[in-house]
Amino acid sequence: MAGENKGMIFDKLQDFGSQIALVDDKKNEITYRELTIQADQITNNMKSRSIVFSMCQNSIESVTGYVGFLRNDIVPVLLSSDIDVSLFDILCETYAPAYIWCPKEKAAMAKNTKCIYEYRHYVLLETNFTQDYSLNEELALLLTTSGSTGSPKLVRQSKENLISNTKSIVEYLKILNTDRAITTLPMNYTYGLSILNTHLYCGATMILTEASLMNKEFWTLIKEQKATTFGGVPYIYEILKKLRFSEMDLPSLRYLTQAGGKLSKEMAEEFNDICVKKKIQMIIMYGQTEATARMSYLPWENAAKKAGSIGIAIPGGKFELIDTDDKIIYDTECTGELIYYGDNVTLGYAENRWDLSKGDENNKRLCTGDMAKRDKDGFYYIVGRKKRFLKIFGNRVNLDEVESLLKREEIENVCVGTDDHMRIYITDPQKESIVKQYIINHTKISSRGFTVHLIEKIPRNESGKVLYSALGEKE
Amino acid sequence: MSNLEKYNLVFLETFEIEENSLNDKLIYQSIPQWDSVGHMGLIAALEDTFDIMFDTDDIVEFNSYEKGKEFMKKYNVEL
Repeated sequence: MAGENKGMIFDKLQDFGSQIALVDDKKNEITYRELTIQADQITNNMKSRSIVFSMCQNSIESVTGYVGFLRNDIVPVLLSSDIDVSLFDILCETYAPAYIWCPKEKAAMAKNTKCIYEYRHYVLLETNFTQDYSLNEELALLLTTSGSTGSPKLVRQSKENLISNTKSIVEYLKILNTDRAITTLPMNYTYGLSILNTHLYCGATMILTEASLMNKEFWTLIKEQKATTFGGVPYIYEILKKLRFSEMDLPSLRYLTQAGGKLSKEMAEEFNDICVKKKIQMIIMYGQTEATARMSYLPWENAAKKAGSIGIAIPGGKFELIDTDDKIIYDTECTGELIYYGDNVTLGYAENRWDLSKGDENNKRLCTGDMAKRDKDGFYYIVGRKKRFLKIFGNRVNLDEVESLLKREEIENVCVGTDDHMRIYITDPQKESIVKQYIINHTKISSRGFTVHLIEKIPRNESGKVLYSALGEKE
Repeated sequence: MSNLEKYNLVFLETFEIEENSLNDKLIYQSIPQWDSVGHMGLIAALEDTFDIMFDTDDIVEFNSYEKGKEFMKKYNVEL
């Protein structure tokens, strides 16, 4: 099995030959042939079935390394190249990577390493960790669960996960080899990565930039490079609204996608109207890192009629709703936990390097933690969340993790809130500004994504359990 | 309050920074608070304060505290 899968989603990229695979914002271009040659060279002196920390940017080097690792049976952990140094250290200790692939200027972050290869602005560093663990033969890729709170927990994705989700997305989005996707999200984030994977798989072109939509450079690039598509989390759509996307003249755009959190019904309707006028398809999707990337999509033909819906399961997948007794709900308009079945349900989590030898723990069934209902036409709608986490500007933030992060600093606190607005309740008036600064410095949560509130004491029931309802939360 | 004071107050409140940070070094992405989300907040606050509406090009070119002052003139706000 492992032999047959070797290389998997990227194993035939060289067949796209002289087509342009990657172009960056400095007009550097590389063809698929060059990409595969460079990618394979990076891995020449690497041990097969080893772990590499791949420090990501939207750059040719970062993508080329990633392609090389997957083509040559090396398992990358995708991390942001802007990672907090203390989190990087924790991850190194936890997973003992054999290699680190990073920008030259970040090389100092990795201690006790030796440079064994250079490619443009990136270096491949060999560490002196002993590989005292084994990798499950199906394991292909490791992604973090939360970009912001600094948990070292990883999602284990298999070769089958990647190939099935990539093929499914390509099928329903009908991606063409003439498409030119511009990056709007980091590639270490599952949604950004799925855009990269699917477009490379089709022989399309990726336009790589670190510029955000608030940079003039981004809009110059999108026009110059005639981008046909990009994806956006809800706050990117807020930015597009602010920038009056409706007034922009971008004739090359063919389709847009939206995922990474729920877009309000009003915004979905507004953008669908704008896109219909511009003859752009807008496709709303839903997914999780635990499902490789995507689980559902709203076919654009249904966008107007079904605004606010996450659509239907992707090709090859299936949804089910269950009640609190785990019984399947067959009625329409009834709320239950959303369960997903498909080959893209990942193997499970890893909390340390010994977990990397584990096989499939999910058996292709994922409890999403989202509460949903189904309408009479079979379209699904997310209505709430079972687990305690929020999406803050596209990043998943686990409230319990933030609480324990602050508790470690001996700050008594409770975290609650809604998407894009976390509320931190504390009891010590002298800690108010410290908390704010601590969260800004130690997590990737934007200062606009949370507020700190002072209360006299944390409301608890008799058994000491926090009464979130007393803080304005639904139980 | 003068227009300059109002302009400054928008920066102080949006980014929660001190008065002495208001100088030519305050540019887009120079502080964690002034990221793309922060920029959206800044633009919205300036539009509300001065009852103006920025053109798209000006929103993405408004990339520093000093340069922003010039843009305000374009919208008939004399600082």
